[in-house]
Parts: sequence; structure tokens; C-alpha cells
Amino acid sequence: MVIFLTKTHQFPKGGLCSPPRERIEKKRKAALTGGGQLRIAAQHKRGKLTARERLELLLDPDSFVECDMFVEHRCSDFGMEADHNKYPGDSVVTGQGRINGRLVYVFSQDFTVFGGSLSGAHAQKVCKIMDQAMMVGAPVIGLNDSGGARIQEGVESLAGYADIFLRNVMASGVVPQISLIMGPCAGGAVYSPALTDFTFMVKDTSYLFITGPDVVKSVTNEDVTQEELGGAKTHTTVSGVAHRAFENDVDALLNLRDFFNFLPLSNKDPAPVTECHDPRDRPVPGLDTIVPFESTKAYDMLDIVHGVLDEREFFEIMPNYAKNIVVGFARMNGRTVGIVGNQPKVASGCLDINSSVKGARFVRFCDAFNIPIITFVDVPGFLPGTAQEYGGIIRHGAKLLYAFAEATIPKITVITRKAYGGAYDVMSSKHLRGDVNYAWPSAEVAVMGAKGAVQIIFRGKENQAEAEAEYVEKFANPFPAAVRGFVDDIIQPSTTRKRICRDLEVLASKKQTNPWKKHANIPL
Amino acid sequence: MAAYRSAAGFQRVLHAVKHVCFSKQRCGVIICRYSTVYDPNEKTFDKILIANRGEIACRVIKTCKKMGIKTVAVHSDVDSSAVHVKVADEAVCVGPAPTSKSYLNMDAIMNAIKQTGAQAVHPGYGFLSENKEFAKRLAAEGVTFIGPDTHAIQAMGDKIESKLIAKAAKVNTIPGFDGVVKDAKEAVKIAGEIGYPVMIKASAGGGGKGMRIAWNDEETSDMGFFLSGHISDICANGFCWCLQVLADKHGNALWLNERECSIQRRNQKVVEEAPSTFLDPDTRRAMGEQAVSLANAVKYSSAGTVEFLVDSKKNFYFLEMNTRLQVEHPITECITGLDLVQQMIRIAKGYKLQHKQSDIPINGWAVESRVYAEDPYKSFGLPSIGRLSQYQEPLDLPNVRVDSGIQEGSDISIYYDPMISKLVTYGKTREEALKKMEDALDNYVIRGVTHNIPLLREIIVHPRFVSGVISTKFLPEVYPDGFKGHMLTAGERRELLATAAALYVAAQLRSQKFLGDLRVSVVPAESRQWELCVELDKSVHMLGVSRSGNNYTVSEIVQNITSLVEIDGEKVEVSGEWNLASALLPITINGKHRTLQCLLRTAAGEISLQYLGTSFKLRVLSKLAASLSKHMPEKVPEDTSSILRSPMPGSVVAVSVKPGDNVAEGQEICVIEAMKMQNSMTAAKTAKVKSVHCKAGDTVGEGDLLVELE
Repeated sequence: MVIFLTKTHQFPKGGLCSPPRERIEKKRKAALTGGGQLRIAAQHKRGKLTARERLELLLDPDSFVECDMFVEHRCSDFGMEADHNKYPGDSVVTGQGRINGRLVYVFSQDFTVFGGSLSGAHAQKVCKIMDQAMMVGAPVIGLNDSGGARIQEGVESLAGYADIFLRNVMASGVVPQISLIMGPCAGGAVYSPALTDFTFMVKDTSYLFITGPDVVKSVTNEDVTQEELGGAKTHTTVSGVAHRAFENDVDALLNLRDFFNFLPLSNKDPAPVTECHDPRDRPVPGLDTIVPFESTKAYDMLDIVHGVLDEREFFEIMPNYAKNIVVGFARMNGRTVGIVGNQPKVASGCLDINSSVKGARFVRFCDAFNIPIITFVDVPGFLPGTAQEYGGIIRHGAKLLYAFAEATIPKITVITRKAYGGAYDVMSSKHLRGDVNYAWPSAEVAVMGAKGAVQIIFRGKENQAEAEAEYVEKFANPFPAAVRGFVDDIIQPSTTRKRICRDLEVLASKKQTNPWKKHANIPL
Repeated sequence: MAAYRSAAGFQRVLHAVKHVCFSKQRCGVIICRYSTVYDPNEKTFDKILIANRGEIACRVIKTCKKMGIKTVAVHSDVDSSAVHVKVADEAVCVGPAPTSKSYLNMDAIMNAIKQTGAQAVHPGYGFLSENKEFAKRLAAEGVTFIGPDTHAIQAMGDKIESKLIAKAAKVNTIPGFDGVVKDAKEAVKIAGEIGYPVMIKASAGGGGKGMRIAWNDEETSDMGFFLSGHISDICANGFCWCLQVLADKHGNALWLNERECSIQRRNQKVVEEAPSTFLDPDTRRAMGEQAVSLANAVKYSSAGTVEFLVDSKKNFYFLEMNTRLQVEHPITECITGLDLVQQMIRIAKGYKLQHKQSDIPINGWAVESRVYAEDPYKSFGLPSIGRLSQYQEPLDLPNVRVDSGIQEGSDISIYYDPMISKLVTYGKTREEALKKMEDALDNYVIRGVTHNIPLLREIIVHPRFVSGVISTKFLPEVYPDGFKGHMLTAGERRELLATAAALYVAAQLRSQKFLGDLRVSVVPAESRQWELCVELDKSVHMLGVSRSGNNYTVSEIVQNITSLVEIDGEKVEVSGEWNLASALLPITINGKHRTLQCLLRTAAGEISLQYLGTSFKLRVLSKLAASLSKHMPEKVPEDTSSILRSPMPGSVVAVSVKPGDNVAEGQEICVIEAMKMQNSMTAAKTAKVKSVHCKAGDTVGEGDLLVELE
């Protein structure tokens, strides 16, 4: 049963007899206070907002429509059936609302009710809104703040998790799914965020781990704090589990609103286009001098990215993890685009295991949701070494290759400097169906750098320096690629923005399909 | 008559095309007319090499182009894509980044001259401009040095010899000790005899280099490492005036009026103007005549500047003569109409002066602000470095001249002077020129490096400056506790709060506009009222905003929105186009026009605005978000008293402590040098040194950890 009631709803006078009406009001009041004032105060004291406060801040004013406010848990063991152990709505608030006028389905776990633990009823509520989100075609945002399974419910709780996981998987690629971790999220519960498209965390107050510090200590004898094991810093810099971390609840929710504006509502909707004040043909003079003359010298790819985008606004995904690749969302002439760029400032911008996986997952999200991808290439190749080879750089590097090749959204590529070896092929090259591929005058498309190439071609010969100069003259420039049509044009860097905006407009109606398959088999 | 072209004008054209002529003028804005004629038939040099970089190289090249002279730029390897390289006809790399290996590398520059066949060299200022060795070598190769001859450079270059010559030429000189000091002990003794404060100056230094002021014995002996300095009574609260002179090789000399250069920090000029408010025609003539007689005494030719210190009774004393084109020459050009670079080239070619003393006018008023990449909140300006991510000169305004050698995307590096540009405004009166300067500073967009516009903007509106009571101690007297930025009046505070609130609402409204998306449920924004919480300097204001927009269509790029903001019961009306992509924010507040700049706007409500030159951090939140924010945990910032970080990028000159040492509060720990200045780093508390993270000779970045205390 779904009951949609808002706070202002008035019952017709005399329409209902008094006892149920009183009961309804009482239950509603109880639902709105969750675990009660004491627990709310405790939640605040921890620096956390309540489940309802979070939704109020996340959604447009007066837009939240709640669902299942009267649902209660059905556990009758361990005294749970007692009235004082029943909370209307149980440990999660669910429903739908609007963010800047656009529909979103939400669930917000209520830590004040049984520590936000997941009961069968809790899972059922979450599943209900997820099912509807998929039918309607609207994103799902989950605000996680839960101690884990409702132990009293046993397998019922585990079943609940699995029901949610299944829906996460079914919804994957249908509607965007975002998890914001705002408290503990441990054990099996972590797999729901892991299955969603984006996981954000709140610094100092949120944790994600399979097993907590106590279990870790007893099993591996490691001493580790909650924060070190599964805090926001760990997951955004070391593990790559989370995509961004924010200062506190308010900061996180306001940023989430901002982030939401980049996303289409579903895989059937186009990438959103917002009003843009930045001239589409704005020249970016700084780009003409950004690439250093020495090809070994670093520069910041973000300077190029910021210069080209609308209003220098870039929502970077995983800014502190695998920093040798830069990915994130932005707008070009108001239209959402995904940006992928090698970062010469970190590890010379080479591709390694982590950066390949980071890039691949981002590219696949964009492809699933009709978001054009702009790729800035300055890549000297894949990172050599035993650590990488033993770690499986071959299969991980293949993921990025796979993602770019498979993608059918508009793909625009700008080679700013190096595009060496296999990494050239990988980075949205013409050969992987790049729609528009540009080279800057500083581009070098070649199998490898001049020095290495000369050592192989002219092995044992004298005059290596002369041979190197000849190689540079022949290959360390955009011509070999341009004469073969592997890049469509060599462009003045300062005109990059203008060119991309024009291309995106042309490519907006691009239609391309891959052969029918049950599903593809990406090398996981 | 050729009109003066703006610096960025030509940069903008040149980033695409390397060689252009400067005959076309940007936007028809005429800045500073030159009254001199560029006679295409007058024989001159075919090719000139400019042994300099940055704005002065660009400045010289501009005149060369007008005179039909080909130009050769020299550059270090890090400067290979610099503006002065792009605007020159030819360019030669003379070495790696450090100036000693490139711009001061005489062998390399001599080679560049040979290689390009340049007939003359313009040295600009700094670098080799006052190097007699360089002038000699040029002469030996038969290349013309565009400047005075070796004798004059040498005579005026020595602070002691120049004083003796000046005395002989009946020029007023400062009482004091004119000699070489042997050691710290002697310095203290002599300083005591003269009376504090005293200025100690390295004998061969110029441009403020090695100049230090000591107020007591301790400070004098602390300057032990500046041995063989030169002590003179520093007219504690004097004026600094520079008389521009121009002399040819035929014994003719002119004075081109004074420049008031008293506003200084660390003995380097910040704001200059011409003419001076304080100087009457008689004193001006007396100074001019003394300057000319000094020029004649050393057989000076070319442009030169005689610096005088002037006390409150208008007694003036010769300080030094600069035998080069000075940084602040544009203001003299503005009021006299002369192109000084053209005059220097003509003189070097052997022509006689075109003008007589009676031809030299004072037309209107010119003010120059030196825009530096430096942090004015630290000692009135510690150098900063970085990439100019956004850069826009205020050249759309009339009567504004900007001499710069950088453009958007340029790097301000540790190797060279951190000057970004010289911003010159011109008006019929001083008031007009200063008003224009306010506008120009408000409209000057610099992002990516910390800059001194906050300080410049404060100086030019300060009542003491406006009234003309200027002295060399202006900054320390007006800001005894250091510069803290603009202090807002209650009215200004209201304006700032209202602007932030209106900007927030404009951004919120835009974020609800999705083009062509039918699935958006439209909020009737027209009639909405906003209740906002705006935080500024830790005080929170509840603001009500209502908006009465002109009817606008979604496809329009900009729209006029008027917001009515209520603060403390007073209504503030703010209207503007609210172009959220523009760095500039031109608005009307209660009918007054203002240009603010939006430096930062985040999803979490942080808004930084540059208002009256100073940047202010605000936070705008909805009433709900603000009320929930009170539950957010306070994050404790790092305790900085036990950590010493480099305040600027530079190199470590000396480290005076080692781990385990006990230091007293205020004790010197190390010395950092960057771009002409040394900065003594002191302990913030009495403690034991825990660890030292730098050694003499290290290069450090801003914020790098130097020393940790326990």
C-alpha cells in the first residue's frame, strides 16, 4: 500500500472516525521523529544530520513525496515485537522529489532507528522506490548511514540486501545511481554503493569496510583505526572505492545537487543542456603556450581542461586517486560532457593499472548515459615494470581500450603532445571510432619517443644523435598521423573550445549501434 | 600622428600570427598621444637588438616598429614563448633561465648581435643597462649602445663618485657619510654619528637591491653581511622625485619634468605620478636646472633620470642618477607627449634634440601603478609565482595604457622580476586620472597568481594620498601593522552582502534552466522570495531577497535582473546582467555603478568577490542549510606556531639553526631570497628546534616546510 500524504494534508471534517485519525496522526508524528529526540540529539552531536534533514537539504523545497511512512518491521523475536520497538517507517525514509526541478528517487537511512540497520521492511521500502525509478526513468540517490544487518532478523535481513543488490544491477545502465556515505556502511552493505555508479563520502564521519578494525585485529593482527581502514581519505586516495569526499553533511548534499545537474535522468534521456553564459567561440589564448618546448617537461592537464570548459567548471571524479589520468564532468556550451585526460604532471601521464580502471569505468558510465566524451591525450605509454605486469596491466589496460572501443556516444579527441605506442590506440583514437580527432601542432604520434626508437632502429650504429634528430624531424610531429587521416585536423590550440563546441552540436544526432549481444564480455 | 597602442592589443593578435605590423589600433581607444613625429625618411638603424625581456622589451619593440626598425629579441630558454619573443622580428636564445647565464651573459648576447647583424642595442632597464663593461664591448665591436657613454655610466654608477661630481656641479647633496664601510663595528659607529634611521646601501647596487634601513645599532650590526655599504641620512619622511633628462651628443640637454615616486615598499616604487602635487614651478625649474647641469658635467647623452630626496621644506638633495630608461617613464611620456624610446634611438644615432626646453609641456596628469605578482598582505608584497590562468587588461577604458610583457597563459617564474604590468591612467586633472585608475584596477582581471591590486586600489583612494601628502614612509605610516586589505564601511558592507546574495540567487535560478528538457517541473521563480544567510568575517546576516526580473527568454545569454535585498531593515537594490561566465561583474547598487569581480563560486555557497580591490570571502546559504550547518563539526586547523613555512617561492640563503637548538621568539631562523629581496624568517614562539628541512642553496616553493619547532 502506498500512501502519499503531505504535512499540510487535511482530513475532511467528520469523514473519518476519531480513533483511527488519532492513530494516523500519532504514527505520522512518530515517523517524523524517527528514533526520538534523544537519538536525534546524539546524531547531531556526532556532526551528522538526521535522515529527514538530509533529504530536506538535498531536494527542492516542498518537493519531497514520501512513500511507506507507515511500514514497520515484522520481526517478532528477541522482544522486537514490543510496541516500543516499532517505529513507523522503520530505519529508512524513502520517496521521490526534485533537484532543480528534475525528478529523483531517494532513500535515506535513519541511524536513529536501530542504528539504521537493514530489516526486511527497510529493504522492501528501498526496493519499491528503485523499481519505480526504473519504470519512470529517474536516478536513485541513496544516503547511507547504517550499522549493517538487523541481526534480530537473521536471514531476512540478508535477503533484503540481496534484493537491493539485484535491483542495483538491474538499474545499472538504466538510471544513474549515486551513493552518498554519511555514516557507517559495513559488511555486506558495502556492496550496494559498490554497485552504484558513484560513491561519495563525508570526511571524518563516514566509513566503508567489509570488516571493522576489531575483526581485522583478530584475523590478521593488524592495528588499524576505522578512519585508516575505511575512512573517506583511504577510499578516495588509496583504494579507489569512493569517487569524491566532502567536508561535512551540508557540504556533501549541496555538492550532490550540483553534481546531479550534470546527469541525464535515464539512458533514454539526452545529456542535459543548461543555459550557458560562456561564449561557445571563446578563444583560449593561454593554450597556445601551455605545452612546453621540451617534450619531457610536465604541465598541468587541468589548465587545458579548465580553459576549454564552460566557466572553468569541472566536477572531477576521483581527483586524488590514480592522478595520472583526469576524469570528470563539465559542460561545453551548456551540454554535459565527460572529460578524460592524461595528466603529464603525475607519472608523466602514463597509463597504469589504476588509471586504466579509473578511466574505463568513467567512459562506460558516459556511454551508458549518452554523455559525449572529450579526450585530451598526452600519454608516453603504459607504465613498465614487474609491479605492473604481475598486477595484470595487460588485462586492466584492456578495460580502458574496451570501454573506448565499445562506446557509441560522440567521441572527440585532442592530442596535445605525446601519443605513443599502444596507449595512442587506447586513448579514443580514430581507429576506435573516434568521431573527431584533433592534433595540436605540438603533437607527436609515434610508436615511442625518439631516443628509444633510434636505439632500436640504429642499434650499434654511431651517430645516434644525428639519427635521433632525423627521427624527431620525421615522426615527432602531427604529420605522419595527419597525412593518413588518423587525425582529422591540426588545430591552433587557442581554437580548441570553438572547435569542440561546434563538433558537439553536429554530433548531437549521432547514431551508432554495436552488434546484438546478450551482453559484452569486458575483461574484468 | 601615431597613437599609442596597447600592449595586450598586440599580444592578442600575435598569439595567432607571429609577425604583424602595429599600424592598426584596437577599438579606436587613443591612449597618450605622442606629439613627436615618426619621420619615415629620417635615416636610422636598420636593426636593433633589445637586451632585455618582459614589458620593457615589448615597449622598445613597439617604438622600433613605428620607426621602421627591425628588432631582435634575446631570451632564456624558459622565455622562448614569451611575448617579447613573439613580437620581435627575430629572436635568439642566450642561455638557461638564471639571469647570470642568459640576460646577463655578455658573450651570448655579443654572439646574438653578430649572428643577426644588429647595429644597435637597447638595454632596457636592469640587466646590462648600466653595465659599463657591456657598453665598452659594444663600442669595440662598432655596435651602438642606446644609452649614455661608458664614462657617464661609470661615474653615475658609483654612489660615491656620483656624489662628488654632483657636488662639483653645484647640485645639492645629502649630508652623511659617503664612503665605504669596513665592517659592522664601523657601520654602527658612523650610524650613531649621523643619527638613526640610516640607510645602508651596497655601493654598486641599484633599484633597491641591497638597500636596507636600520633604526638602531642592533639592526645595523645585523646587516653585517652587507659590508662595504654606504650610509646616508635617510630623510626619514622625505619625498622621492625623479627628474627626467634628455641629452644629445652635441651638448644639448633638456629636463622633462618630475615624477613623484615616493610610494615605495622596501625601497621599490609602487605608485608613481607626474607631475607632483607638491612641486611649485620655481622648485621644479631649480631642480630641472640642477639635473641638466649634472648631465652636462658628465657629458651625458640619451635619456636619464636624476633622483632627488625632498624634505618637507622643499629642500631637495641629489640621491643618484640612473643612466637608463626608467620603469616609470610612461607617465612622463603621457604628460609631455614625447616618445622617450624614440628620442633615445635618435640621440644614439647622433641626431640633435628636436625640442627646446620651452617646447616641453605639462599636459594633464598621469598615474602609474605597478602591478606585481606578489602578496600585499605580507610585508606590503612578497613575490608570488604561477601561471596566469586568466588575464584581461582594462584596455576597453579610455585613457588607460598598460605596458606588459605577459599574456593569458604566461608563467610568472621565480627567475625574474614579478612585475605583471605598468598600469597607467591619464586625465586632465589628478582627480580624473585617479578616478580612471580606480576603474582600471577594478576592471583588471588577473587569475592564477596573487597580485597587489588590493594594495594599489587602497593607496590611490586613501585620503592622505588623494590630498597629495605623500612620502617615502607612506606605507609603514598608513599601515603600521601591515596592510590588511580594504576596511569596509557599514554601507560598503551592505553593498557587498547584497551583491553576494543577488549573485547566489542568479546562479540558483540558472541552475534550474534546462534547455529543451520536457521532464523538468518548472518552479515559478519569478515570484519567489529567498531567505538567505550570508556569512562575512564570521558574522552572519539574514537577508531577504526578492526579484523583479525583466521578462526574459531562456535563449538569451544574459538578462537583467534586479534584486531587492533587505539587510537590517534597509533595502538595497542590485541590478546587473549577471553573466555568470564573466570574470567581471558590472552592477548597479542603489543607482551607483560598481565593477566587482567574482573570484570563486562553489556549489556549497562559497563566493569570493573582489570589491574595491580587496577580495572578500563570503558564504551564502539558504536559511535551511544555514540552520543545519550549526550541527556540523568544527574542523581544527593545523597549529602553525611550531611550523615555519616559506612565505614565498625562492631560494634559501642561510639557515641559522640546527635541530636541538633553543630559539627565542622573534629569533632569525633562516633567510629566503626571491626576486631581489631577502626575507628573514623568525620563530613564532620560544621553543626547541625539532627538525630543519632546508639548507642554504635550496630552492623552495611557497608553503614549503622549512623548520619545525617542538
